[in-house]
Amino acid sequence: MTKTPHLLKNSLKYRAEAGAAGGDVSLRLAEVPSEAARVENGPAGRKPRKVLSRRNIIVYGTLIVVCLYYLLPLYVMIVTSLKGMPEIRIGNIFSPPLEVTFQPWVKAWAEACTGLNCDGLSRGFFNSVRILIPSVILSIVIASVNGYALANWRFKGADTFFTILIVGAFIPYQVMLYPLVIMLREIGLYGSLTGLVIVHTIFGMPILTLLFRNYFASVPQELFKAARVDGAGFWRIYFRIMVPMSLPIFVVAMILQVTGIWNDFLFGVVYTKPDLYPMTVQLNNIVNSTQGVKEYNVNMAATILTGLVPLTVYFISGKLFVRGIAAGAVKG
Amino acid sequence: MDAAKRPLGWHRNLSAKVAAVPMIVTALAVFVGGTAWTVLYSFTSSKLLPKEKFVGLAQYERLWSSNKWLISIENLAIYGAFSLVFALVIGFLLAALLDQKIRFEDTFRTILLYPFALSFIVTGLAWQWILNPDFGVQHVVRGLGWESFTFDPLYNPDIVIYGVLIAGLWHETGLIMCLMLAGLRGIDEDIWKAAKIDGIPMWKTYLFIVIPMMRGIFITAIVLIASGIIKVYDLIVAQTGGGPGISSEVPAKYVYDAMFLSQNLGQGFAASTMMLLTVVIIVVPWAYLEFGGKRR
Repeated sequence: MTKTPHLLKNSLKYRAEAGAAGGDVSLRLAEVPSEAARVENGPAGRKPRKVLSRRNIIVYGTLIVVCLYYLLPLYVMIVTSLKGMPEIRIGNIFSPPLEVTFQPWVKAWAEACTGLNCDGLSRGFFNSVRILIPSVILSIVIASVNGYALANWRFKGADTFFTILIVGAFIPYQVMLYPLVIMLREIGLYGSLTGLVIVHTIFGMPILTLLFRNYFASVPQELFKAARVDGAGFWRIYFRIMVPMSLPIFVVAMILQVTGIWNDFLFGVVYTKPDLYPMTVQLNNIVNSTQGVKEYNVNMAATILTGLVPLTVYFISGKLFVRGIAAGAVKG
Repeated sequence: MDAAKRPLGWHRNLSAKVAAVPMIVTALAVFVGGTAWTVLYSFTSSKLLPKEKFVGLAQYERLWSSNKWLISIENLAIYGAFSLVFALVIGFLLAALLDQKIRFEDTFRTILLYPFALSFIVTGLAWQWILNPDFGVQHVVRGLGWESFTFDPLYNPDIVIYGVLIAGLWHETGLIMCLMLAGLRGIDEDIWKAAKIDGIPMWKTYLFIVIPMMRGIFITAIVLIASGIIKVYDLIVAQTGGGPGISSEVPAKYVYDAMFLSQNLGQGFAASTMMLLTVVIIVVPWAYLEFGGKRR
């Protein structure tokens, strides 16, 4: 820690003196041999901790209430999606289903309509998969090589471009939306999945490059130098040393990209056309369509289906997810 | 590349330069070029297609006299102020609770953070359903016997933005909590012991010792929340669609609508330039404080 706050100086001094005088106060008390003193002082050793202390009730009670609140939307979505429409109309959104039905899930997946297409969310799901896989691979390959070049093969001007990239991460996407439309139109990729993959790669680049650059910079330089002396070049060192040594950071980058790209809405709606819309866009179109009778159970089933991929990634990855967002936090 | 006869000139370190081409193109063409292009064309009268007919500040005058834009700005200010304060306070309180050496910390943290893994579309739709006056919270409370209970934020133009705020906070506080927890874990144990010996109450230790020591984390959290606020778009689209009427519009939605729905590119460029300006006003002083000092 940088500076000891003024308030604490005295106690720290006190502790130092106590230490010098030969141990802790309580320790010395325990050494007193007199029986009488022992009775007066009460039982020796640490005070037993009560499980139901006031403090515990407050801490756990608050946390449990807050957690229930956080779980509430997920619970409501699940129970709604398992009810039939008549039960929803008469019932209470918080009550569990009287009669469980999976019909809404089937309908959401295979039959729900958006515009003219009535093949359900499955279309959006497969579009999202077709966007996700190449975007994740391309963005990670490009960013890791970039980060490697920046960390180990610095050339003149490299830091300038990197600074621009990081500053660029703060620019609202809206500013660059239309220029990218024009660029993609010029190369004939506007409205295609390939175009969207390029867009995801571009906007994923700042944070991922930062992530890889920082990680590669922490790999011992001796390894890199030894490989150089042995005559290994740029790509050889990358594939033989850097990649095998950095698998955790690749996993973090993957988590970051999979959830980020799957959850994207703006780029999907701007750079693709209706029959290529990713799952989030299609979900929004299904639920917020103004035609027809609202089927809340189907809507909720569709919503859960869309959230399932990032939720699965989240629950499986655990600590690595936290590490990913901590890295994302640096970007701002 | 042999060190002894390393070639000089531009092809020195060639592989690294080739590898950096995507980064250089992105930085120059998209980030610098794209931004400059948008700012430049915000001074034109572009409608359906961009054209080089410069009209000075006319687009900006129109923008600031547009009711929809003024409502967007007001909403952004309300949403921003509340979400900043609440996310920081709730995030810190939750982190402090989790830092009490409790059992099941992982379970609690997992539950608090899961909304952050979901998209804003999913978040918006879930809360749209819970806040639905005919079926959701209002309906349930009325069913319990309180007939006059009214809680329909998504259908009341005056408070719709607070309905969005509820969903936004649900989504993001977990992230802030995680950041704060990392900050709290970085505080030296001795500080706590020393404060205890001095008999300083716990809340005072947090307020006057721990929080000032976590300055860096707080700044990161503020920058993070602020940049998220300016981008808020999907949540509005999913939860309210900007309605009722135009009462929950936000700038990012204004830009999208102008560019892609009402074929009014010039307005879209002017509005996005205003968004950029807002970010510059927030980020530049921060970057100056954080990095400016160190360089000198």
